[in-house]
Amino acid sequence: MSFTQPVRFVAKNMRVDLALIAGMVAPRSRVLDIGCGDGTLIDHLFRTKQCDARGIEIDMAEVTRAVTHGLPVMQGDADSDLANYPDGAFDYVILSRTLQAVERPREVLRQMLRISTFAIVSFPNFGHWSLRLQLLFGGKMPMTRAWHRMWYETPNIHPCTIRDFFALCEADGYKVEQWLAADEDGKKAPWRKFASLANFFGEQGLFLLRKV
Amino acid sequence: MDQGPNFSETPHQSVSFDDGLTLDCGRHLNRLTVAYRTYGTLNAARSNAILICHALTGDQYVAETQPVTGKPGWWGAVVGPERPVDTERYFVICANVLGGCMGSTGPRSPHDERPGEPWGVDFPPVTIADMVRAQQRLVNHLGIAKLFAVIGGSMGGMQALAWAALFPEQIFAAVPVAAAAYHSAQNIAFHEIGRQAIAADPSFHGGRYWAQGVTPARGLAVARMTAHITYVSEAALTRKFGRKLQGASDLLIGDRFEVESYLEHQGSSFVRRFDANSYLTITRAMDLFDLAADHDGSLAAAFTGTRTRFLLVSFSSDWLFPTAQSRAIAKALNHVAANVSFVEIMSDKGHDAFLLDEPDFHRTLSGFLAGCAEHAGLGA
Repeated sequence: MSFTQPVRFVAKNMRVDLALIAGMVAPRSRVLDIGCGDGTLIDHLFRTKQCDARGIEIDMAEVTRAVTHGLPVMQGDADSDLANYPDGAFDYVILSRTLQAVERPREVLRQMLRISTFAIVSFPNFGHWSLRLQLLFGGKMPMTRAWHRMWYETPNIHPCTIRDFFALCEADGYKVEQWLAADEDGKKAPWRKFASLANFFGEQGLFLLRKV
Repeated sequence: MDQGPNFSETPHQSVSFDDGLTLDCGRHLNRLTVAYRTYGTLNAARSNAILICHALTGDQYVAETQPVTGKPGWWGAVVGPERPVDTERYFVICANVLGGCMGSTGPRSPHDERPGEPWGVDFPPVTIADMVRAQQRLVNHLGIAKLFAVIGGSMGGMQALAWAALFPEQIFAAVPVAAAAYHSAQNIAFHEIGRQAIAADPSFHGGRYWAQGVTPARGLAVARMTAHITYVSEAALTRKFGRKLQGASDLLIGDRFEVESYLEHQGSSFVRRFDANSYLTITRAMDLFDLAADHDGSLAAAFTGTRTRFLLVSFSSDWLFPTAQSRAIAKALNHVAANVSFVEIMSDKGHDAFLLDEPDFHRTLSGFLAGCAEHAGLGA
């Protein structure tokens, strides 16, 4: 890792994505939540959908909190530890608001779809209009609710837009089963049929992928 | 030096199996005795039993006064009413290991062929797996088809791992704490110093010290002193003793550093409760432990298809069984898609942290067990 501090997306708030992501997961499935924080989502998936849900989290304090609540969470790193799992170990692997903070996003996605049938990925959309305007008129790295750390200290080293992500999925042969753009509060945005509008107005993108 | 008066005479609760036990080395013990203690109540479904596995110099008196030393149980902070391993909820079993000296079959037990004398150095080499098989006999004897959990630190953690590898269907959860899947060259090296110290003691008499009515107390004390250094961190020794002198403000010839008298005390109190031949037997069992080697070099293969839920705990300043060892186990468990929780507890107390007051560890263990109880359908 290139950071001495644990990589955590600064605006991480599981409750924002929780309902949307949980809505994509089938009951009683095997789930791995990467960057699970204190395990709120895996607890939710176990209690409401009887999933066999587990988590990986890089921040030891969060891991301890999760395990203290009886949740199966281990300290680990998305960049290096997914390689340890066997093919098809899970039905869903979730990467919520972490893609932009990993060192090798493409490899992480590849590993996710190796160890799991589906991958659920959410990330803050760098194509949002307010970021574009700030860069255009201010000439400085944009600061928003989602992107609110200075460029020299942000853990979010691989920002991308919703369109960028579509392009990567196509290049690497991942089928987008479902996708949506949402605002920071996790409300679904109405422009979901038009990717370019979503890329302009959506604060975050949420994708359900599978290998073609 | 005379053997402590209580040592050999203290009675221990135990069960004996007349069909004995065949060991990994191929030898057969004609008679197997397992000394043990239990706490709490076994529920009607017999589903709330937790086996605690003790470390190298531990014993079955996990949560009560040790009868030889008169000191409190070695894991009283972890096992007891409203403790992480809550004896009001769980039925807790702890057995003295095979090869031990607190009532289970070991070098002090009567020799199979020469019942008039103890085994001594003739006691066959045992392995961690042999210890676990002896524990399994006890568990079966108690009428428990499946343990809710097996928990142990250090060598006890090795036993928890061996349980998971040998009898995966017989345990719901495994908690190896400050443990490793094999004994490293450094671990073996430290043990060898201890064994050499014992062997070099003139009172050792080639291991037949009992025949002379003596014990190799000096050698055993040095073994303990050496081992004790490996149980603590440099930071903890500095915090406790630094360069402080015993009852003097300036260093003069003859004055002693506090750390010296502390180690001396560790050594001398140990020999009153432990048998040198047991120490040789058990340290060897730890050295022989290599779970991957038993599975063609693949640690993951030891856990193939496991449904056991694991909690791995390491301590940041433990250099005897460092976090990397627990992480390697976690990795192997990921290879077989096992259900594993893994926590490194921040502590400057070294390997011994697992025995000490570490609130984060205790909360983690307690939460893990509560989560497992929910999944196992154990009522609150």
